[in-house]
Amino acid sequence: MIETIATAALAVNENLNIQKRRIENGKSKKRLSLVTGTHGDELEGQYLAYIVGSYLDEHIDCLDGIVDIYPALNPMGIDSITRGVPMFDLDMNRVFPGSKDGTMIEMLCSMIVDDISGSDVCVDVHSSNIFLKEIPQIRMSVPTAPTLLPYAKMMNVDFICIHDAATVLESTLAHTLNTRGTKTLVVEMGVGMRITKEYCKQLFDGIFNLLKELGMWSGETAPVREPIVSEGREVGFVNSDAAGIFVPCVSFGETVEKGNHIGDVVDPLSSKTVEKVNAVCDGMIFTLREYPVVYGGSLLARILQPAAGGVEK
Amino acid sequence: MKKKVLYSLKSPYREQLDVIGFRFGHGKKSAAIVGAMRGNEVQQMYVCSRMVQELKKLEAKGLIAEDNEIMVIPCVNYYSMNIGKRFWAMDNTDINRMFPGYWQGETTQRIADGLFSKIQGYEYGIQLASFYQQGNFLPHVKMMNTGFTSPELLKNFGLQFGIIRKPRPYDTTTLNYNWQVWETKAFSVYANATDDIDENAADEAVYAILRFLDKQGIVSANTPPGYITKIIDESKTKQIRSEASGIFKSLIEIGKRVERGDILGIISDPFEGEVVSEIRSPVSGTVYFEYFAPLINSNTVCFKIIK
Repeated sequence: MIETIATAALAVNENLNIQKRRIENGKSKKRLSLVTGTHGDELEGQYLAYIVGSYLDEHIDCLDGIVDIYPALNPMGIDSITRGVPMFDLDMNRVFPGSKDGTMIEMLCSMIVDDISGSDVCVDVHSSNIFLKEIPQIRMSVPTAPTLLPYAKMMNVDFICIHDAATVLESTLAHTLNTRGTKTLVVEMGVGMRITKEYCKQLFDGIFNLLKELGMWSGETAPVREPIVSEGREVGFVNSDAAGIFVPCVSFGETVEKGNHIGDVVDPLSSKTVEKVNAVCDGMIFTLREYPVVYGGSLLARILQPAAGGVEK
Repeated sequence: MKKKVLYSLKSPYREQLDVIGFRFGHGKKSAAIVGAMRGNEVQQMYVCSRMVQELKKLEAKGLIAEDNEIMVIPCVNYYSMNIGKRFWAMDNTDINRMFPGYWQGETTQRIADGLFSKIQGYEYGIQLASFYQQGNFLPHVKMMNTGFTSPELLKNFGLQFGIIRKPRPYDTTTLNYNWQVWETKAFSVYANATDDIDENAADEAVYAILRFLDKQGIVSANTPPGYITKIIDESKTKQIRSEASGIFKSLIEIGKRVERGDILGIISDPFEGEVVSEIRSPVSGTVYFEYFAPLINSNTVCFKIIK
C-alpha cells in the first residue's frame, strides 16, 4: 500500500508529497521503517529501497510484521540533484523535529516524525556526499550507544562509529526519533550521486538479518560480518593543505602505516605536485575523497586506528 | 585606518581569497563589525562599506576615543558573491554554520577559524545579518539569549525594535552565538534587504551602529535621534503563514500598524487569477516582516507582527 504521509501545496499547480510504501503480512504488529532520501544528492538508499521492497514482495509469506519504506523524505531535492530542500537553502536534517504550526518544511518534518514514531527499529540510510566515499557504517552518539549497538551489530556493516553528542545534531531525524523511543540507526555508505550495488546488497543482507532477529522474518538470510567498533580507537583525519587536484594512490579500505604515501595534490597548470599526502596514523582508510578538486581543508581521507597500536591486517 | 588581510585561502583556479579587515583607532579591542558571510548578502556588505566611510571621517577628525580599536570586515565570502551563489561555492556549506571553526578542519571550518581568531576578544560584536527567506524586514537588532549579553544594550542602537531570540540547536555554530561563548557581547543588525541595496534601510543601520558605538563611548558621532527601542521576545511575535499557494501580493508596507482582521495580502490562483486566500492579521500590532516574492508555497511565513 502506498500512502502519502505528508503534503504541502507548491506555488504553481503541484503538491510536494512524501510517500511511503507499507508491506505487511502475518499477525505481528512489529514494524521496521526503512527511511532514506533526506539529502537529495544521496542515492544509495534508492536502490536499497527497491531491492528490499521487491524481495519482500517475492517472499511475502516469510514476513510477519510491517515494513514501511520511505524512499524520499526530500523528493524535490532528489528530483533536482539538490542536497538540501530546494528553494529553502535548508538542510532538512537540521529541521527535525519540526513543528505542526511551523513553516512548510517544519510542518513536513513534524508529519514525518509522527509517522515513523512507534516503529520498533528505524534504519535511516545516507550516502556521504558527492565528495567522499564511505565504507558501510553505522553512526551513533555515545548516549544512544548502549541501546543501539546490539541492533547495529546485526546490520552487516563494516564499521560502527560512536561519536560524542553535539548540540547541532539535536535537530536530526535520528536524534528526534531516538529521543522519542524509536530506535534509529543512521547508516552511511558509498558516495553521493551514485549507486554502489555491492554496498546496497551488503546492507540488504543486514536488514533481513535484523528482521530475523526481531522475529519478523522466517526466510533465508546470509551470515553477517562482525563490524569494527570505534570505541577505544582514534580516527585520523587527512585534510588537504594545498589547492589542486587530489589523486590517491591507495585503495579504499586499505590498511596503511603512519607516513605511508596515500596520494598527491597536483596543479594542472604548473604540472607540479603541490602536496604529497601521507597517512597521519596507522589504520584502515574508511573514508576516501572521490571528488578530485580540493581547497586547503578539503577532507581527503579518514583512517581508523587499530585498538592497541600496530597495523590491523 | 589600516587595511589588513585577516585570512587567506588559495584556490586551484581563482585568485587567492583574502578576507580583508579595516582597522580604525588603536588600543583596546572595542568593536568588530562583520558583513557578508554569504554570497547574496550585498546589503550587508554595503552597510559595512558605509561604516568604513563614516569611521574614516571620524578618525580624521579625532573622534574615535583613545584606546579603542574598531574592526570592520565588509565581506568574508566574496568568492560566492562573484559567481552568484549563496553558500561556499565548492561544497555549498555555510560559513555562518561553522563557528568557532577549526584550523585543521574542512575549508569553511578553516575560514571560520581564520576569521574568528581575528575577531575574538572584542568587547562588542555586530553582525549584519540576513534571513534565509526572501522578504523585507523593518530594520531591527537581535540578540541570542545566552545569558551573557544584557538585553538592555539593544536600546543603544535606537532602532524601533530589539528582539531577543532563544537559540536553537542549529544556532550553536553561528558567529553570533560563539562570540557570546567567547565573551563578546554580540548583536545582529537586520538592514531589511539582502540581494538588493535598500538605501534608506542602510542609512538606518549605519546610524544605529554609530549610535551604539557613541553610547558605548567608542566614538563621538552625531546621528539623527533614534527610537525608544521596544524590546520583545521573538516567541511573542506573531508569525502569519500562507494557507494557500499561488501568486502572492502584499497589500501592506512594513512598519505599518495594523488592527486585528485587517487584510495584509492576497494569494491568487496562478492560472485562473481567482483570489484563493486573503491573509488577515489575527492580532493588532506593527508589521515587521513581509514576504517578498511573486510565488508562494503553502505554510510559508508571509508576515510577522509585533503585538
